[in-house]
Amino acid sequence: MSDIPCYPLAENDADLKAASGRAYADITFEAAISGELTADDLRIDAETLRKQAQIARAAGNAQMAANLLRAAELTVVPNDELLKMYDLLRPQRASYDTLRALAERLETLYGAVETARFVREAADVYRDRGLLKREV
Amino acid sequence: MTSEPRSRRFEALEQRDINKETYVTEWAEAGLSVVDSPYDPAPSLRIDAGRVVELDGKSEADFDLIDRFIAAYGIDLSAADEAMATPARQIARMLIDINVPAADVRRLAHGCTPAKLVDVIRQMNVLEMMMGLAKMRVRRTPANQAHVTNWREHPALLAADAAEAALRGFAEVETTVRVARMAPLDALAVLIGVQSGRGGVLTQCAVEEQLGLRLAIKGLTSYAETLSVYGTERSFVDGDDTPYSKAFLNAAYASRGVKVRFTSGTGSEALMGHAEQKSMLYLEARCLLVTRGAGSQGVQNGSISCIALPEALPGGVRAVLAENLLAAMLGLEVASGNDALASHSQIRKTAKLMLQFIPGTDFIFSGYSAVPKQDNMFGGGNFDADDLDDYNVLQRDMQIDGGLRPIRETDALDIRRKGARAIQAVYRALDFPPITDAEIDAAVTAHNSDDLPARDLVLDLRAADAFLASDADLLTIVRALHAGDFDEVARNVLEMGRQRVAGDYLHPAAIFDGDFRVQSSINDANDYAGPGTGYRLDGTRWQAVQAIPQAKSPHDFIADRTGTPAQRLAEAGEARAGTDIEVVIGVAPAFGTALIKTIGGLDHEAVLEAILTGIAKEGLIGRVVKVYHTSDCAAVGHVAARLSGSGIGIGLQSRGTTVVTKRGLAPLNNLELFPQSPSLTLALYEQIGRNAARYAKGEAPSPVGVKVDNTARLRLIVKTALLHRRETEEVRADQPPVELRFDWEPTL
Repeated sequence: MSDIPCYPLAENDADLKAASGRAYADITFEAAISGELTADDLRIDAETLRKQAQIARAAGNAQMAANLLRAAELTVVPNDELLKMYDLLRPQRASYDTLRALAERLETLYGAVETARFVREAADVYRDRGLLKREV
Repeated sequence: MTSEPRSRRFEALEQRDINKETYVTEWAEAGLSVVDSPYDPAPSLRIDAGRVVELDGKSEADFDLIDRFIAAYGIDLSAADEAMATPARQIARMLIDINVPAADVRRLAHGCTPAKLVDVIRQMNVLEMMMGLAKMRVRRTPANQAHVTNWREHPALLAADAAEAALRGFAEVETTVRVARMAPLDALAVLIGVQSGRGGVLTQCAVEEQLGLRLAIKGLTSYAETLSVYGTERSFVDGDDTPYSKAFLNAAYASRGVKVRFTSGTGSEALMGHAEQKSMLYLEARCLLVTRGAGSQGVQNGSISCIALPEALPGGVRAVLAENLLAAMLGLEVASGNDALASHSQIRKTAKLMLQFIPGTDFIFSGYSAVPKQDNMFGGGNFDADDLDDYNVLQRDMQIDGGLRPIRETDALDIRRKGARAIQAVYRALDFPPITDAEIDAAVTAHNSDDLPARDLVLDLRAADAFLASDADLLTIVRALHAGDFDEVARNVLEMGRQRVAGDYLHPAAIFDGDFRVQSSINDANDYAGPGTGYRLDGTRWQAVQAIPQAKSPHDFIADRTGTPAQRLAEAGEARAGTDIEVVIGVAPAFGTALIKTIGGLDHEAVLEAILTGIAKEGLIGRVVKVYHTSDCAAVGHVAARLSGSGIGIGLQSRGTTVVTKRGLAPLNNLELFPQSPSLTLALYEQIGRNAARYAKGEAPSPVGVKVDNTARLRLIVKTALLHRRETEEVRADQPPVELRFDWEPTL
């Protein structure tokens, strides 16, 4: 088992970087005002979330660790699509097949294996509890 | 028909605020029961091959949406056997046993079913629950959250109020909308405001879930709180979510580096008509296991907007504390309610607050209204801007850190101007409808939005829509602030963005200090283990909390009672015993010298004139002596009586306290005593002189009537103590009484 990253990462992780790959130390005020920074320089990286998940697990919080791992998977999903995915998971928004397709997309396109498993489980529960979109 | 007579007392009580409340008896079938519905299941848990097959009396085939989620994620199966086998009373006792580490209790709590958790809490009274909360609270340092909104949704006022809230110490500020489309601009104004007030304050904007996520992605908010969960399937679905969609949303926020807390609270299911006959606390326990199962770092609970419902029921306030404790036991950050208007009664609302204030929670309020009620778009806060001084005094009284600190008016004005001007600069740079200097001036000094000019809401809404649709983000705001010469605020806003990249504040109970250092369950874990441990309010923080601007130096209390000694009073040798039918006025050691005025502000000479006039009006002579060996009013009076030819003496202290007494009475007995010196007027002193003279003549006057001033002692006790101390400083133990010549003749 790897070492637990030293919290807080902002102070202790020399390898900390943004989703863009920019080093944390290079996210500076000067870079911001010169126009050098882009939106991805202020987005969290999947790797960082996985480190935070390790910290959560070490603190005895497996559920939070699982959430952070799902979050790590979702970092690559574009904003608009993320909003749409959430909406599909709300009650009576999607058919069973739509949810299965969503899971498939998460898994194959974004490599979001855990989130895909979670969505498949939701599809089954929704089917059993009558929470799928009603056919008109 | 004869009507029953009414009790005047009952009629008076009917008018009290407490009788504006609604009270109802329990009705379990309708969900109107706080902790003890007969329909609540007995705790049970069966696990088969690592799978929950029975939960609280229900077998797997009958699991609803909530049961399934809890069975899959809400319970740590490795701790379940031990937890379920441990008697509820034993776990309750572990909760308040300082020798049992919080982690041990938490491990067992993680293995409990909802019904088992409720069984534990049922063993406890509120005092025990408070002890449990002090121990189980996640973050060591308590904190507080503010609500900042206004009816006009005026950006300058939002920014000014947010800046002041940050200065007052709130670690989080939540806003919301009156008109939903204003959300992006409201969130922007509050972000700019708090980062002007103190770097590192977290902000959120309570709106519909999808819009909330958009605001967070855009960088306008740094946390979300209104992810509501419910304890029954029907309520959850009526809330347009499921545990799965909420869990997905939780992960979605985290994927953008944004902190999330869920929301639940007793009474919501009953209010939505889907309580399924269960007690409020049992349903809340289910909510909390869903919250934990979804991997949320924390919860806003404590009935929240439903608070009036449990408070209508017996034991409701206890149940609300119970739900805070349950969440803390589970290791969730707790923002512990006290937000929505819960009572008409100041006594009742404050008493309820103590249950969270004294033990301390991660956020004592999940929204202290930092604005007046009329501007609170959450529906009016239980505590609001008008109560800020009360709150500061409560902290000072009990040496408790409630997350706030007193501030000076000039500092408030400065910080409000900074916040308002910063949002003005951002509006200018982003080409939003301008904020005028007149609007800034109004926002700086405003108490509420009536003090602000109206803005063209249509134009603001158009700007809000365009801003939301644009790709403007946090970096756009940083550059706008820089363009307006607000680099310090710009750096703070950028740092909020950097912290998203690090993700340290995704952990339970995370806040930032003024240097953007994260404080969470990981690096600021509550280590309370009895007296002398855990968070203590001391050092500079305690100095800051006690430094209310209203507190004066002790010296200021008596400064205006000193001055040039009375010119018409002169000492004339040792006092002699008289033989005439006279009245002797004995004055205490500081009279007319070290002190020259009574506590009521009367000149000592004027007081003597009044008493002597009264004596003269009865045809007698008054003689004045100064008593040096004591400052006690009764003792001074007895010396005067002893020296008086008639045996009637008056004792008069410098602060004005007066006694009429007679030679031979027991030391603490008297004819008339006037202990409430602030109420004494010159007319009353004259009457006292007059009565003393009538006693001297052997008459039986009716005692002088002084109205009781109930608050005199309350207002003046410090001054009284300090004046008496000054008087006592003048005591000369060995010096006999001295005759005083008073250069004055009565005009009758």
